[in-house]
Amino acid sequence: MLKLEPRPEPSRVMSYASPLLAVVLTLVSGFLLFSLLGKDPVQAFMVFFIKPVATLYGLGELCLKATPLMLCALGLALGFRANVWNIGAEGQLTLGAIVGGGVALWLHDVQGAWVLLPLMLVAGALGGMAWAAIPAFLRTRFNTNEILVSLMLVYVAKLLLSWLVHGPWRDPEGYNFPQSPMFHEAALLPLLVEGVRTNIAFLIALVLAAISWVFAEKTFAGFRFKVAGLAPAAASYAGFSEKRNVWLALMIGGGAAGLAGIAEVAGPIGQLQPSISPGYGFAAIIVAFVGRLHPFGVVLASLLMSLLYIGGETAQIQMALPAAVTGVFQGMLLFYLLAADLFINFRLRWKKRPQSAAPVVSIVSKEAA
Amino acid sequence: MTDRVTVPRLQLRGITKRYPAVVANDNVDLEVRAGEIHAVLGENGAGKSTLMKIIYGVTRPDSGEVLWEGRPVQIASPAEARRLGVGMVFQHFALFETLTVAENISLALDERIKPEKLAPRIREVSENYGLPIDPDRLVHSMSVGERQRVEIVRCLLQNPKLLIMDEPTSVLTPQAVLKLFETLRRLAAEGCSILYISHKLDEIQALCDSATVLRGGRVTGTARPKQETAESLAKMMIGSDLPECRLQAREPGEALLRIDRLTLKTLDPFGVNLRAISLTVRSGEIVGIAGVSGNGQKELLAALSGEMPSGKPESIMLGEVAAGHLDPAQRRAIGLGFVPEERLGRGAVPALSLAENALLTGSHCKVVNGGMVQHGLIRQKVVRGFARDVITHFKVKSRNEQAAASSLSGGNLQKFIVGRETMLDPKIIIVAQPTWGVDVGASMLIRQSLIDLRDRGVAVLVISEELDELFMICDRLAVIAEGRLSPPVPSAGTSIEKIGAWMGGQFADAAEVAHA
Repeated sequence: MLKLEPRPEPSRVMSYASPLLAVVLTLVSGFLLFSLLGKDPVQAFMVFFIKPVATLYGLGELCLKATPLMLCALGLALGFRANVWNIGAEGQLTLGAIVGGGVALWLHDVQGAWVLLPLMLVAGALGGMAWAAIPAFLRTRFNTNEILVSLMLVYVAKLLLSWLVHGPWRDPEGYNFPQSPMFHEAALLPLLVEGVRTNIAFLIALVLAAISWVFAEKTFAGFRFKVAGLAPAAASYAGFSEKRNVWLALMIGGGAAGLAGIAEVAGPIGQLQPSISPGYGFAAIIVAFVGRLHPFGVVLASLLMSLLYIGGETAQIQMALPAAVTGVFQGMLLFYLLAADLFINFRLRWKKRPQSAAPVVSIVSKEAA
Repeated sequence: MTDRVTVPRLQLRGITKRYPAVVANDNVDLEVRAGEIHAVLGENGAGKSTLMKIIYGVTRPDSGEVLWEGRPVQIASPAEARRLGVGMVFQHFALFETLTVAENISLALDERIKPEKLAPRIREVSENYGLPIDPDRLVHSMSVGERQRVEIVRCLLQNPKLLIMDEPTSVLTPQAVLKLFETLRRLAAEGCSILYISHKLDEIQALCDSATVLRGGRVTGTARPKQETAESLAKMMIGSDLPECRLQAREPGEALLRIDRLTLKTLDPFGVNLRAISLTVRSGEIVGIAGVSGNGQKELLAALSGEMPSGKPESIMLGEVAAGHLDPAQRRAIGLGFVPEERLGRGAVPALSLAENALLTGSHCKVVNGGMVQHGLIRQKVVRGFARDVITHFKVKSRNEQAAASSLSGGNLQKFIVGRETMLDPKIIIVAQPTWGVDVGASMLIRQSLIDLRDRGVAVLVISEELDELFMICDRLAVIAEGRLSPPVPSAGTSIEKIGAWMGGQFADAAEVAHA
């Protein structure tokens, strides 16, 4: 009989193997799913996971889509370590796009990219921070749950963007399409390589990953985050202010998401429009956990998640699969990860003697005396 | 049962139980006769609890035999143990605070009996055995001692033939202990066998007919406690002579900790409000606060550490600084050291290494090699060096400073925490339950280190439920009851009986004593 029993101490091996196991199980399930849909699974696999990255352009797309995921997830991962559950990166991303994009529209006469772009990026980050400041304030002042507040603010942010591009910021020469004018050349992020759409934001994200590692591992503020996440009572005993942690975590998360937002509109999109993200802010939650809340893990996980996005698109086009397939893969990945994580603290053991067969009380009568 | 040969009620033969890291029980034999009060004596980690869990059907032995009234049995679950007639009163009570006594007992019984029908039986049994409890009372309003009565009555309702008591007196006042002993003797006289688990030698000598001593999972001896001395029992239990610590009279210096009419409303619905608590602790003295847990100790500790800041800054003075409004980190920077009651999860982060746990409260301290944090960055070498020093000076048994706090035994972790707080050079140190669940050897080391601090001029405040300990190390003693603090009295001029009476809250006449 199989029995689940607690391990004497958490398995280090399993904590690293678990994301890999989750990926493998996701692939196996995908294989079955394609077969059931009547598609050739091998071909689907090729279309989904190999074709998109078989060309230089494809690799560029991979990095391009990984960028907003990476930025959002880096910020979220730091917060999650401190028990601050910011679920609203999508909204902070939207506000980053609005504020940063607003700067680009407002200063459309300014030509110097060296002034304009940094200004836009800073404005984008501040926009995300401002949006994250709302749950931070409500939690520290009124003890409001930041999960609900940050999540609800996502929808407010999306409606705000929608109102702007339908109303005040609509391009007067845009044939009434709900979108802003295209950003000026100087307001677009420079590309890394000619012929590939990856821009400088990818490098920024990598540098931020390194900084985030230094923050988490080497600084005292990072240590405070860790303690708050692992043992809140110990943090309070040590005198680490919970308010300070909540604010810092939400500011980092909001800032990084805001940066992701402006990098999208000043990158591949090039203008403000009603929809600027296919749910990067939400997918980043999965990325953060698949990446074990570790900055370098997040880098790898964001590339994987990006591949799922691109593969999903390719599969839609080439195999006539529904758009929901991307969401199915994301969901399976998180599901299997959470399942595999159980084995960090538990293990399966074969029990030699089945216990259920034992009688209620087995009294063996031995009339010895 | 036969008349000619008295068959032991319970007999264990060669019980062995291995866990991945340790052998908890190694070939243990034990014999309990009908109507006998049998002590199982041993330090923490000696294997007492595992053995009781085997008898109560919670765990199964890897090998060995259990004989119940002469017949081999396999006890696969607590329900089966109860069916045989084994009852167990656990150290930590599993009671629902929002339910009444009768509802709690009804839930715990194997048969389904409605609480209303149970109430008269509860009343009858509790009165018969001198354990008065009201079946309709809500558990959250009851003291720990009363909750224990609920547990005992629950067992008695099932007419047990063997009652297991796991460290029952750790939560009782001395008077309540005497009452409990009366009940147990009465039960034994009626033929019920009692297994009494403890590491308190005096209790075992007062109560038990026979004893089995465990050390490191093995039986190191059986004895008739009344014919032994405390020293000889201790020797069996710890394998060497009982270490001692000494308190030499000295003149205390200036006041370092002054609590002035501290009044605090608790936010916890089941908590205790602090009512006008005043106390002064001077340099070079140890002041102890005795009391049954749940009388405001938790709230007082939170107020003193800064985890629950009190409104008025002047109500807590650390040296010359009004500190009532400061947070724990600010108080620590003034020179306050603090050892909390909860070790894992508050005093230390279980998942982090000892080195990281040294940083937990050591970050402010510049004495340690110029500080553990510089420009916001952690200085790993300094942190690890400090953790190694604590490990060496306090004889902490651990792999090294990189070992996780959760991998240490309770006593070793407590040595580490006390060591950490001590070596951070405090002017004032507050210690809650310094040796709770710690074995005798480590207890003495911890007590001695507190005395050393006192002799170096530190003001030491100890909050403990162990009266013997307080009398051993304190210059002055006060008692906390229902959120009020008695005036402190010199411990040399008072007796355990008097402090015990005060623990019930009767210290109205005590003011005269304090002024005497």
